[in-house]
Amino acid sequence: MLSAVPISWFLTLSAVLFALGVAGFLFRRNIITVFMSIELMLNAVNLSFVTFSYHYKSVDGHLFTFFVMVVAAAEAAVGLAIILTVFKNRGTLNIDDVDSMKN
Amino acid sequence: MDVILFLVFALIAVVCAINVVVQTHPISSALSLVGVMGSLAVLYLLLGAEFIAAAQVIVYAGAIMVLFIFVIMLLNAGAETRKGRSYMVQLLGVPLLIAFLGLAAFFVQRMYGDEAVTFGLFQKGGPKEIGQALFTTYLLPFEVTSLLILVAIVGAIVLARKEFD
Repeated sequence: MLSAVPISWFLTLSAVLFALGVAGFLFRRNIITVFMSIELMLNAVNLSFVTFSYHYKSVDGHLFTFFVMVVAAAEAAVGLAIILTVFKNRGTLNIDDVDSMKN
Repeated sequence: MDVILFLVFALIAVVCAINVVVQTHPISSALSLVGVMGSLAVLYLLLGAEFIAAAQVIVYAGAIMVLFIFVIMLLNAGAETRKGRSYMVQLLGVPLLIAFLGLAAFFVQRMYGDEAVTFGLFQKGGPKEIGQALFTTYLLPFEVTSLLILVAIVGAIVLARKEFD
C-alpha cells in the first residue's frame, strides 16, 4: 500500500481531464456545452500548474493558476455575452446552424 | 490516507468530467462541471495550495458557474438535438484518445515516477506568500489583469445590450 501519492498521478489526472475537455469541445453541438468544455480544459491545466509548483517547491505556479482564473472569468463574461447576442440574432444554440462564415 | 483522498476525489472528478461530455442537457453538464471544480479544489489542498483552493471554490464554482447557469436559464436552452452524427469520429477518436492518454501516463511515470506528494510538505501556498509574489515579482501582470477585467466588463455590457433589427 502506498503511503503518499506519486506526483505522476496528478499529472495523469490532469491529462485525462484535458482530453475529456477536448472530446467535449469536438463532439458537442451546443455552444454553451462547448464553452464549458473549454473551462474544463483550463481547470486541467491549472491542476498541472499547481502540481509542478509542488515539484519545484516554488509559488510561481500558483500565480499562473491565479492569472488563468482571472482570464477565465473575463472570457466567461465576454463569451456568454456573445452567446446571448448569437441567440438573439439567430434563435439557435446549435453551432452547426451558425455557419455564415463558411461560404 | 492521502492516497485514499486522492483516489476518491480523482474518481469524482473523472466521472463528473465524463458526465459533462455525455449529458445532452446543458444544466446537467454545468452541475457536473461544478463537481469537477469542487473535487479539484480538494486536490489543490492536498498539494498545499490553500489560497488557490479557496479561489477555485469562490471564483470558479461560485462566480463563473453561476454565470453559466444564469445564461442557460435565460436562454431556456433545451436538450441538444443531433443530426448527421459522424460514427467515424467515435470509431477513430476514442481509441486514439485512450492511446494518447496511455502514452502521456507512461512518459509522466518515467519522468516523475520517484517523487511523491506529502501533505504539509509544501508550506508556501498560503495567502501571505501569494500576495507577496503578486505585489513584487508579478506586479505588472497583476495591474494588466485589472485592465483586462475592465475591458471584459465593458465588452460584455456593449455586446449584451446591443439591439439588432
